[in-house]
Amino acid sequence: MTRFLARRLLNYVVLLALASFLVFLLASYQFNPLENLEGRNPRPPQSVIDAKAAELNLDKPILIRYGLWASGVIQGDFGTTIAGQPVTDELWRRIGVSLRLLVIGSVIGTVIGVVVGAWSAIRQYKISDRVITIASLLIISTPVFVMANLLILSALGANSVLGVQLFEFTGETSPDAIGGGWNQFVDRVQHLVLPTLTLVLLGLAGYSRYQRNAMLDVLGQDFIRTARAKGLTRRQALFKHGLRTALIPMATMFAYSFAGLFTGAVFTEKIFGWYGMGEWFVRGTTTQDINIVLAIGVFAGVTVLLAGLLSDIVYALLDPRVRVT
Amino acid sequence: MSEPVTTDSSTTAKSGVDVASFASRRTLVFRRFLRNKPAVVSLAVLLLMFIGCYVLPPLLPYNYSDLDYFALQQPPTTDHWFGTNALGQDLLAQTLRGMQKSMLIGVCVAFISTVIAATAGTIAGYFGHSRDRALMWLVDLMIVVPSFLLIAIVVQRTKGDIIWMIVLLSAFSWMISSRIVRGMTMSLRDREFVVAARYMGVRNWRIIVRHILPNVASIIIIDTALNVGVAVLAETGLSYLGFGVQPPDVSLGTLIAGGTPSVTTFPWLFLFPAGVLVLIIFCANLIGDGLRDALDPGSRALRKARK
Repeated sequence: MTRFLARRLLNYVVLLALASFLVFLLASYQFNPLENLEGRNPRPPQSVIDAKAAELNLDKPILIRYGLWASGVIQGDFGTTIAGQPVTDELWRRIGVSLRLLVIGSVIGTVIGVVVGAWSAIRQYKISDRVITIASLLIISTPVFVMANLLILSALGANSVLGVQLFEFTGETSPDAIGGGWNQFVDRVQHLVLPTLTLVLLGLAGYSRYQRNAMLDVLGQDFIRTARAKGLTRRQALFKHGLRTALIPMATMFAYSFAGLFTGAVFTEKIFGWYGMGEWFVRGTTTQDINIVLAIGVFAGVTVLLAGLLSDIVYALLDPRVRVT
Repeated sequence: MSEPVTTDSSTTAKSGVDVASFASRRTLVFRRFLRNKPAVVSLAVLLLMFIGCYVLPPLLPYNYSDLDYFALQQPPTTDHWFGTNALGQDLLAQTLRGMQKSMLIGVCVAFISTVIAATAGTIAGYFGHSRDRALMWLVDLMIVVPSFLLIAIVVQRTKGDIIWMIVLLSAFSWMISSRIVRGMTMSLRDREFVVAARYMGVRNWRIIVRHILPNVASIIIIDTALNVGVAVLAETGLSYLGFGVQPPDVSLGTLIAGGTPSVTTFPWLFLFPAGVLVLIIFCANLIGDGLRDALDPGSRALRKARK
């Protein structure tokens, strides 16, 4: 197991180094971090532009620039943005914002999705199963940016009907939310409702489809019949033996969707005005900031690899047929 | 196991060209697909939309870039069926233009990425050893590299050229399917008909084309259909963020992005392109599901019998 893990980790480091080099190469050929400065009117003197280029190491050859960046990263320093702020601090702050936005919604969505999927598998071909199947397909076919805006539209309607600002759509908090802790809490909840609902709907639709399939595969198996034969009620047999087994293939899904969460939340963050990782990605790319883009790239790569490792470990723990070699 | 697999493999093993039984399998699948009403309807709708978005624009009085100064921000009228935006552009013409882009990109990306996945997957699975290791390592690398990020970086310079969009999206969406194809190929590699063909001196690429591919065809077809929806989502998503098709040209993504700020005051600017987009993806998904039921009926029918 230790040797397996060590080999795995070594491979990961190589993969990450190559991936970051690829991002670096592309970004440094495509981006012109000085565009903003050069495009100013009146144009600043050449010496100012050159000084900025020197500050950003743009005057050095690409390999050396990558080496400088990589040696910084090994010491936990992701460099600075074009404007000169340290990327590392911003990275941690943004991860925090994203987590506050994403955790509740995705956990609720996953749990409900699994339950609904299992339930509709048990009731295969009944009306409720058909309704759930069609509804989840419809939600899956709705892009996040459409869904979020539809929710905003209906929330606005609700607000005007109720006559109070019940739902908030922009940011984490309102700047005028003063008063005690209770007011602050209510304000945060008001801001969280809509993005959380978006995430719940998406997770629910996706997971219920997969869970339904996984559950259907299990329901026909002999061990369910055996469990019934040995005297368990239908419910006990289905939940203790069926659902548990059907959850095993889902472990991979959970792990990878955790990894995709941060980068996948681009639209949710952008539309609801949360300044997390996803919004940073858009900002970094449009301002042509190589260090921001690299930090996001490394972060995304790390989460994908961790998810892969996690899913393998969970698999090995849950499924006795899997042997780690 | 499911019966189509055995029929398929035995005929191919016998002669390689047993036309009669191939056709019968094809009709069987075709008939099963036709029985699935939602899938047939969505195929018709999708085809209609595909043809419509290319045939209709020349017949319309307005081009997608024409400005009608006498109709700014107008709700749907008989003159402008989908209404107009703040510049006076006809939204129907724009939506059709966006559909052309989005659907073309979706279909092309789905096909190209499936071809790459089938090639890489069968080669890795059939030959194994160093080729397998190299290809799967490449797959790992491509998964680790954040594709959305790379595409966004490159698109800034290619200015949303449609060919580049297709190339980039295809290059980053074949990895998972190729792993599935590889797994299936590995289980076929040591089957009798493949071993027999090998001992008869059939060359490797011919074995792959004649014996392996027909047996993984169902998963490839299903994958292509489902990938259309994914590709349309990816393209419109990138365009929505401004990393895809660039103005003055339009895609469904840029149209929706343009309609978003005024979603409460001028909802038609958002609702029409969004509705069309959802309809396209919904139809593509229903077709994919229908194809899965027709090509791989094992799961459903068997379970019903057992109960």
